[in-house]
Amino acid sequence: MGTPESGYDADAFGWFGGAGAFGGRFMPEALMAALEELDIAWQKAMVDPTFIAEFERMLQDYAGVPSMLYDAQRLSERAGARILLKREDLNHTGAHKIRNVLGQALLTKRMGKTRVIAETGAGQHGVASATAAAYLGLDCTVYMGEVDTERQALNVARMQLLGAEVIPVTSGSRTLKDAINEALRDWVASVDHTAYLFGTAAGPHPFPSLVLSFVRGIGDEARQQCLELTGALPDAIAACVGGGSNAIGLFAGFLDDPEVDVYGFEAGGDGVESGRHAATIFAGTVGVLHGARTYVLQDEDGQTVESHSISAGLDYPGVGPQHAALAAGGRATYLPVTDAEAMDAMALLARTEGIIPAIESAHAVAGALKVAEERPGQTILVNLSGRGDKDMGTALDYFGLGTDGSTGESE
Amino acid sequence: MTRSSQTTGAAFEKARGEGRSALVGYLPAGFPDVDTSIAALKVMVDAGCDVIEIGLPYSDPVMDGPTIQAAAQQALEAGIRITDVLRVVEAVAATGTPTLVMTYWNPVEAYGVERFATDLANAGGAGLITPDLTPDFAPEWIAAADARGLDKVFLVAPSSTDERIAMTTAASRGFVYATGVMGVTGTTQATAAGVAPLIARTKALSPSGGVDLPVGVGVGVSTGAQAADLAAYADGVIVGSAFVRTLLDHPGDAAAGLKSLGALTEELARGVAGAVRA
Repeated sequence: MGTPESGYDADAFGWFGGAGAFGGRFMPEALMAALEELDIAWQKAMVDPTFIAEFERMLQDYAGVPSMLYDAQRLSERAGARILLKREDLNHTGAHKIRNVLGQALLTKRMGKTRVIAETGAGQHGVASATAAAYLGLDCTVYMGEVDTERQALNVARMQLLGAEVIPVTSGSRTLKDAINEALRDWVASVDHTAYLFGTAAGPHPFPSLVLSFVRGIGDEARQQCLELTGALPDAIAACVGGGSNAIGLFAGFLDDPEVDVYGFEAGGDGVESGRHAATIFAGTVGVLHGARTYVLQDEDGQTVESHSISAGLDYPGVGPQHAALAAGGRATYLPVTDAEAMDAMALLARTEGIIPAIESAHAVAGALKVAEERPGQTILVNLSGRGDKDMGTALDYFGLGTDGSTGESE
Repeated sequence: MTRSSQTTGAAFEKARGEGRSALVGYLPAGFPDVDTSIAALKVMVDAGCDVIEIGLPYSDPVMDGPTIQAAAQQALEAGIRITDVLRVVEAVAATGTPTLVMTYWNPVEAYGVERFATDLANAGGAGLITPDLTPDFAPEWIAAADARGLDKVFLVAPSSTDERIAMTTAASRGFVYATGVMGVTGTTQATAAGVAPLIARTKALSPSGGVDLPVGVGVGVSTGAQAADLAAYADGVIVGSAFVRTLLDHPGDAAAGLKSLGALTEELARGVAGAVRA
């Protein structure tokens, strides 16, 4: 807990990697006072032992944190390197996202606000937000692209059962980026009593730093667990990167260890060369999206280009500014993993370890398998950020599962 | 016949001299198509707009409600480019009416801040209104604008702290844009009672008490009566969604849309002129 001393902290204006480089606060003036208020409230909370104790109690008693670090021996045999899995998939609601929403919802209560809003793509952050709102007695409205409400009807039902209002967003491309736009529009009109639970380590300052402060337990725990299990730090760490909250949470624990190589795996979709992907750092350019300067998928006029991924949680044309700074500074390496590679890794992990990962997290597993080829015998720590229950519909279609008796092997 | 362009400040000054508020009218470039948008903006000039704001359509307009979103989306789907927007600016600025571009920040950054400022100035544009760029994050734009004498219109909101209003007015040139309601464009109606405190704070916190920096009120203004109500307090009344709606309401019939647009402009112009200044 506390702020990282990695050299990748934001300055007072929210810049990472130097003034004007990445991050900042490109937002309507109507929200600036609220963002400043949030920044001050968050900084005070993070040095208040009562707040920290309450947050840690919620994580432990309610969310099942710390998650275990699992020595995946059968997968390691296949990989030719030792693969350790940080089991965030075992957290309450099935992903790392519960850490972020519990922190932000607790902060909301502390600030005396009674309502939270959130955006969601696949529905995982929406479900986590609805869960935290129910747990802490807050009203909750979730914005979700209409396309996504149709793809993820079960998660819509989950949010509704948890008492949240789900609003389908029909503007723009009707996906995650438009859900963020609509949540911001709500917030401009409701900021006096409403907190925006931002779902990833992106957006205007202080969200990237604030979200990191709530998810960095992933990396801090994993570092300690790895030392206890293996007696040494891992040679490399790997996480999937959409907006980048699970990845920055893991990375933060290791950025001060120069001997640990850091890999982020972006959604390569049909392949970067196809143009249908979400590999924002690998193939994007620097611009401003949703309040921060970062890598963006955009055309030469700065219009956002739609991203594509089989994994809704990685299907975002921007990325958190800390990742942009880590990439530009060379501390972390970001590479694409295609839909097909991710789905193969999903099946492989299921068959070798009896663990069905979220398709997002399967990108990290697939990336780690590629890294392992160049690092025989080394130790690679992978953030298994979420579980695959929500992805069974996609898996059913992709692998041709079901009553035709398919084995689930992809051809 | 091209008249030499008036500055934005002079347009506000002229209105003030006539004992009324200035009428500032907005339409996105390229809506419903590039040529019709030029024709529409000229109708607004002829029917009484003192200052023109041309919207640069953007894929992620977080300050805009459904009406302007729909218009921008239509322009983008028809393939509008920044170079087209500049062509619209050039055509409208040639009327002599001060013509600003209202744009989200990323398109300017992608085009190149220096290049955009140069091309805007060459097109006769008066400056930029930047709904998602505040002075504290605008050093590049401020430098580029100052080098060319372009207007920098930043926004203040009811939620703005006094400190931020002072910072914003100090950085603004042309006018300062006061958002009439806490919300996005075209959804909630602004009232004089709701806006008066923000205008008073903005005036009080402006360099030289606001004498040299007019305050325009926008977001939530759509009728002549409302314009009259607000004109009693503000130096300028800014209307966007209501103009867009006249064209959206006449799809495929540009002549009828332009007629309706002209009638609304005249109604609003009577509104800003009929008000008794406070």
